[in-house]
Amino acid sequence: MSWWTRPASDTQVTHGDRFWLYVVASVIMLLLVLPTFIVIPMSFSDSQYLEFPPSNWSTRWYEVYLGSTKWMRATATSVQVGIITMLVATPLGTMAAYALFVSGHRAAKALFMFLITPMIVPVILIAIGTFYAYGRMGLNNTITGLVLAHTAMAIPLVMIVITAALRSYDLNQERVARSLGATRLKAFFLITLPQIKFSVVTTALLSFLTSFDEVIIAIFVSGGVNATLTKHMFAALRDFIDPTIAAISTIMVLVSTILLLMTQFIGVKEK
Amino acid sequence: MASDNDNGSLDNSTALPIHISSLTKKYGDLYALDSVDLEIKSGEFLTLLGPSGSGKTTLLMAIAGFNRPDSGSIRFGDQEVILTPPHQRNVGMVFQSYALFPHMTVAGNVAFPLKLRGIGAQECEQRVAEALETVQLSGLGERGIDQLSGGQRQRVALARAFVFGPRILLMDEPLSALDKKLRERMQIELKILHRKLGVTTVYVTHDQREALTMSDRIAVINHGRLAQVDTPEVIYNHPANAFVADFIGESTMLPLDQDQAGNLHYKGSTIARKPPGDDADGWSLVVRPEHLSIMADPKTDNDKTIVFRGKVVETVFQGETAFSIIAIDDQTELQIRFGTGSKAKSGYPQSGADVSVGLGRDDVIVIPGDQRQ
Repeated sequence: MSWWTRPASDTQVTHGDRFWLYVVASVIMLLLVLPTFIVIPMSFSDSQYLEFPPSNWSTRWYEVYLGSTKWMRATATSVQVGIITMLVATPLGTMAAYALFVSGHRAAKALFMFLITPMIVPVILIAIGTFYAYGRMGLNNTITGLVLAHTAMAIPLVMIVITAALRSYDLNQERVARSLGATRLKAFFLITLPQIKFSVVTTALLSFLTSFDEVIIAIFVSGGVNATLTKHMFAALRDFIDPTIAAISTIMVLVSTILLLMTQFIGVKEK
Repeated sequence: MASDNDNGSLDNSTALPIHISSLTKKYGDLYALDSVDLEIKSGEFLTLLGPSGSGKTTLLMAIAGFNRPDSGSIRFGDQEVILTPPHQRNVGMVFQSYALFPHMTVAGNVAFPLKLRGIGAQECEQRVAEALETVQLSGLGERGIDQLSGGQRQRVALARAFVFGPRILLMDEPLSALDKKLRERMQIELKILHRKLGVTTVYVTHDQREALTMSDRIAVINHGRLAQVDTPEVIYNHPANAFVADFIGESTMLPLDQDQAGNLHYKGSTIARKPPGDDADGWSLVVRPEHLSIMADPKTDNDKTIVFRGKVVETVFQGETAFSIIAIDDQTELQIRFGTGSKAKSGYPQSGADVSVGLGRDDVIVIPGDQRQ
């Protein structure tokens, strides 16, 4: 029996019957990753301009990036804001998700929806609103301002992932722990947290990525010495297109991919 | 047996009585608990029995401290606990889902309450081993929870609930996840364990058979109120009202007529005298299937027996017993239950046959209330 006529699953559908599905799926996946893959060879070009495919290869644009104080400072800002956002959004979002999940109050659902609105509202609106609000509060171009805005963006993600984790968790375990002598806080840390810890780590990584990749809010509220990497890249694209952008993009793709793979790996482990 | 010492002291006795008075809990407009008064004796095995939504779990959770009643009092011995958080009540608890901690071993689960109490590693280890031995799980301490069968999990949950020597043990339908055979064996084991530990035990179930099997006393609860609290024998043989009669065991309720002299009748048969001192709107006769017998030839009432005449609707064989449904008029059907095996060789009544059914006067159960529509 050839591959073409072999059943593809427990049903009698053969790989042949499904061939169209494989084609469609491949095209879609290609469309999704192609733009990313084009950037990678472009970053290794020797040319002054963005060029595909490159005629000569070199790593000069990585050297430019690594040698530039401006790029390095922006990278430091991005990493710093990403880490602080992660450290703030993960516990806050976890606490909110836990509280709303456990409370059973009739307002819990509404509050949940309210807290995940940053995910639904167009980011440009949040960016403009934040910009004007920060203008009055003096938070524009500050690390604090960026962290607050990015935390608001990351909390919905944290809440959704943690709520999903709590759904597959038997809350009676916490009750038992309390009846056995643990305070509520102890019961959470000794019993609940160890069982959702992989989800918590996943949300931490996602929070970092949310901040690290974020560009729209950063364009509005970050600047000067506290401009993020994404803001500089956007400005660079507008003002002088050179392959440094491609080099940085490649590095960012690498970081994001590693972090996402880590979350996938962790997710499998928790099952 | 249980001591009647209602003032129960906090001395070194192994069990505490629980005094519940005027306990009320409302969810919206619904009374989950409606002014419940209940005295649970020291060391007794008391079952809260009721249909789902009756308030039995709400009452258990109030004793455990997981919901706060709107008003009323719960005392363990002479200590008021209504405001005491769960972790300070020193109550062992077993849930229907077992709620074992999957990230710990069997021994880790059982040691959990001991570690919280700061008990040293050596004593901890010894007490865990003892507890596991009590529930017949010796040597399984290092197993993971996912390596255990349902019955073994149940035993771990039990061991964890009593290892720290609580004087009250609460169980919320702990056997309902097990299959019938295992459940029946665990019922007996729990009963033996209770005798061994001597701890006051409050057990929640909706399974009347389980309640009858295990309990010293049963508190039948319905719509947040106690319908009757008594021993299994009394609950079964002398139900206080229609709800208990209907919920425990099988029964048919026949509405009775009352005459001037205070006698109660059903269709011309004198059933009983009206119970003294009780002035209900009406009275009903509770007929249990096992109290009835088929009479060899048509008879009429006499000193010992009340006779119903009817037609057999259907006869069903169920293994250890068989039963017939007998219509005594257009609206009323009685059920009669027989033993099977060699004694019943004479055969069961055939459907369509006219039969006389006798109810011994010793088995007459009269309850207040008239179910006539």
